[in-house]
Amino acid sequence: MAEYETHQHDVLVIGAGGAGLRAAIEASAAGVSVGVVTKSLLGKAHTVMAEGGIAAALANVDDRDNWKVHFADTMRGGQYLNNPRMAQLHAQEAPARVRELEAWGALFDRTQDGRILQRNFGGHKYPRLAHVGDRTGLEMIRTLQDHGIHQGIDVHMECTIVTLLKDGDRVAGAFGYDRERGRFKLFQAKAVVLATGGIGRAYKVTSNSWEYTGDGLALAYHAGATLMDMEFVQFHPTGMVWPPSVRGILVTEGVRGEGGILLNKDKRRFMFDDIPPLYKNQTADNPEEGWRYTQGDKNAKRPPELLTRDHVARCIVREVKEGRGSPHGGVFLDISWIKEKLPNAAEHIKKKLPSMYHQFKQLADIDITQEPMEVGPTVHYVMGGVRVDADTQMSDVPGLFAAGECGAGLHGANRLGGNSLSDLLVFGKRAGEYAACFAKEHSAVSVNPDEVEAAARQALEPFERESGEGPFQVQHDLQNMMQDWVGIVRREEELEKALSQIPVLWERWRKVSVGGNREYNPGWHTALDLRNLLTVSEAITRAALERKESRGAHFRDDYPAKDESFAKVHMTIRKGPDGEMRISREPASEIPADLQQIIEEMK
Amino acid sequence: MATATFRVWRGDAKGGKFQDFVMEVAPGMVVLDAIHEIQSSQANDLAVRWNCKAGKCGSCSAEINGMPKLMCMTRLSQLPLEKPITVEPMRSFPLVKDLVTDVSWNFRVKEQIKPFRPRKPDAPDGTWRMDQKDVDRVQEFRKCIECFLCQDVCHVLRNHHLYDQFIGPRFFVYAAALEMHPLDVEDRLKDLRKTQGIGFCNITKCCTKVCPESIHITDNAIIPLKERVVDQFYDPLKKLFRVFQGDK
Ligand SMILES: Cc1cc2nc3c(=O)[nH]c(=O)nc-3n(C[C@H](O)[C@H](O)[C@H](O)COP(=O)(O)OP(=O)(O)OC[C@H]3O[C@@H](n4cnc5c(N)ncnc54)[C@H](O)[C@@H]3O)c2cc1C
Ligand code: SF4
Ligand code: SF4
Ligand code: FES
Repeated sequence: MAEYETHQHDVLVIGAGGAGLRAAIEASAAGVSVGVVTKSLLGKAHTVMAEGGIAAALANVDDRDNWKVHFADTMRGGQYLNNPRMAQLHAQEAPARVRELEAWGALFDRTQDGRILQRNFGGHKYPRLAHVGDRTGLEMIRTLQDHGIHQGIDVHMECTIVTLLKDGDRVAGAFGYDRERGRFKLFQAKAVVLATGGIGRAYKVTSNSWEYTGDGLALAYHAGATLMDMEFVQFHPTGMVWPPSVRGILVTEGVRGEGGILLNKDKRRFMFDDIPPLYKNQTADNPEEGWRYTQGDKNAKRPPELLTRDHVARCIVREVKEGRGSPHGGVFLDISWIKEKLPNAAEHIKKKLPSMYHQFKQLADIDITQEPMEVGPTVHYVMGGVRVDADTQMSDVPGLFAAGECGAGLHGANRLGGNSLSDLLVFGKRAGEYAACFAKEHSAVSVNPDEVEAAARQALEPFERESGEGPFQVQHDLQNMMQDWVGIVRREEELEKALSQIPVLWERWRKVSVGGNREYNPGWHTALDLRNLLTVSEAITRAALERKESRGAHFRDDYPAKDESFAKVHMTIRKGPDGEMRISREPASEIPADLQQIIEEMK
Repeated sequence: MATATFRVWRGDAKGGKFQDFVMEVAPGMVVLDAIHEIQSSQANDLAVRWNCKAGKCGSCSAEINGMPKLMCMTRLSQLPLEKPITVEPMRSFPLVKDLVTDVSWNFRVKEQIKPFRPRKPDAPDGTWRMDQKDVDRVQEFRKCIECFLCQDVCHVLRNHHLYDQFIGPRFFVYAAALEMHPLDVEDRLKDLRKTQGIGFCNITKCCTKVCPESIHITDNAIIPLKERVVDQFYDPLKKLFRVFQGDK
């Protein structure tokens, strides 16, 4: 018999990033008992890394902004594959969620008249991102953390969930281990909110931390929920490329928002060479107009550097592929040029982009106020995730909710920058609210001790295997494979090769062995995370193979154009009766007439 | 390619010792890369805490060649590679394993500090107006990534172990951020003096020197807080006022 500690909560929130904390605060306010589990310490979740800002149509800087414009921008960015109801709720509720942060102590940068300042970002028509320099995520997570610790929430830090438990169809709790001692913990709960973030660690070059192993997606999938839109993985156009050890670390879009330009090795501003028709009307005609836009000229259109991320990333790949890249396989991002325009440019840059200044100075010996940076695409975000109901965030499994990056629907085929932090707040709150309702309305559940026993046994298997390879090698090979074959530009043969490799990697995973004991043992943790990474990698590969067109973040070299027959179709993934992964095409939700009208008006 | 020796602390609460690992170094490498390399090829169970690898989360604190630093922001090119590089856990907190310490005390301390309490909104729509210059001052404190390196280095904790009477520089920064927040109306001065031990700080400035966010912990947070405490408690008029209010 395995030993474990048991905890009881009405609502269990898995994840303590923006979405998880916001959900926990809301559920707790509804008067139910709430537990939060997180793999790392409180305040360290990925949300802490967000830089640019939170998108919300506050209209503090440009009074032409309102939720309709934000809604239309989000839908255009997502190539209309977004769940329209989610995009609507998001645009409508984001301003209130941002103001609420201020009431809890967040200190955003200010406008001249003392209100929350907003900045430009790719794909947003007006300056819309509430921000704090380039450390908005830190401000957000710290505000939620410092508010949350006084709400009577039980926090289980450095505890990893390895499986969800069910009672019949309903979710009944979760099972995991604490990292420190490796002891098992059983959480019984009437409702569970997944807020586990993304999947970036499936790739070699990523801006994501070790936590991003797709746990929530895999947990939900194995519990019978549906995954959707997995082919849409966002490559952020600007990650660091040099030196090797920092490859992938994010360079915020804020650099371009403040006037940074992209150049190839011939100093050509190549982004002007390829502007997609959907955005022709919104893009500056020349560099001068682009500059004026970044400096707040309301009559100017945005520079092409601020086109959507998928497009900018592919333009960079093209420059590199055609031999016009920078010395280390990227392109140049230059903000120092603004000294031609501003008298105290160096000070201005340091004030507006302090962490970027530091990051390059410390990690790459580059002074961004004086010289250009080298940048290239990096895996950043997954639009796909657990399919949920737009209003309640409940998945197909009763009592199981998902919010934040691990949920799907809001962003469609491509996410706009800044729309994630607002997503966390809006849908984190909703998930918490409805999870609390669900817990109040439903009777207690019980967990099956045999299921718990089986989960414990499986978790300990890597220790029992005498000889086998270590988990890190399998992880590296998976990351390389995904990077090479299921990356930013995809084609049939490579996707097929990846698909045929996945069973081989699963087989290797089944034989992985780890040394040492259960106390804070990264080898063991990695072995357990690998199961999730393999599950999501397979889902991404299958979905990418199935979508035989290019749309948003998904680009197929062999089908480079959009195909109308895929325009209103989602790829959904479920676990089949024999444990095999099943993919199907499902129609997207119809855009209601009133929302369609908004889209038309904003074209 | 050059090689380097890393002398890494291995052990747990019961005790431990240094273990040497030799490895090749690549350009631009930081200490955390070296630790990861060791972990993946030589010691799978080497415990280390990290998240962002970009100096943003404050998880990877350690003592490198005796200096409290973030492993992910310490480049090997800044270290003398001809000698072994020592990498040890923070010594002011109980050891969990290898480079990982139990920093939970810090989280408990924070809960004792009175939370943010804003004044009534300035505008009918429930929002406030603040000047950027008033916000600037507090934003400096809010840059804190809770790496606890300042706590690690402060002698009041490290040498005198006054964990029950002294909240440490990190939480003076936290208290200062709340006290100087343009909207906050709570009073934390009594707590700072009585239970949070601001008087124990003798302004050695060691905390400021190690802060990876370059927060002027002593000059901008601790000293102004000390002044406020002095003003409130030793100003004869205010003292009299307190007697009438029944506050001691
Ligand atoms: C460098 C960078 C910059 C960004 N900048 C912006 C920006 O400016 N604007 C914007 O809108 N978006 C930005 N994003 C995206 C945004 O930060 C993320 O999408 C968002 O923070 C995700 O939040 P979350 O709450 O869903 O998850 P996270 O904040 O990642 O939290 C996930 C939580 O789940 C926990 N967890 C995971 N698995 C388990 C498990 N098995 N058991 C227990 N706990 C688990 C983790 O420990 C963690 O606490 C950025 C992303 C990056 C990487
Ligand atoms: S200045 Fe004060 S708080 Fe900072 S290290 Fe010295 S004694 Fe500690
Ligand atoms: S004040 Fe500085 S050293 Fe102290 S915890 Fe914060 S960031 Fe770290
Ligand atoms: S890993 Fe986040 S600060 Fe070093």
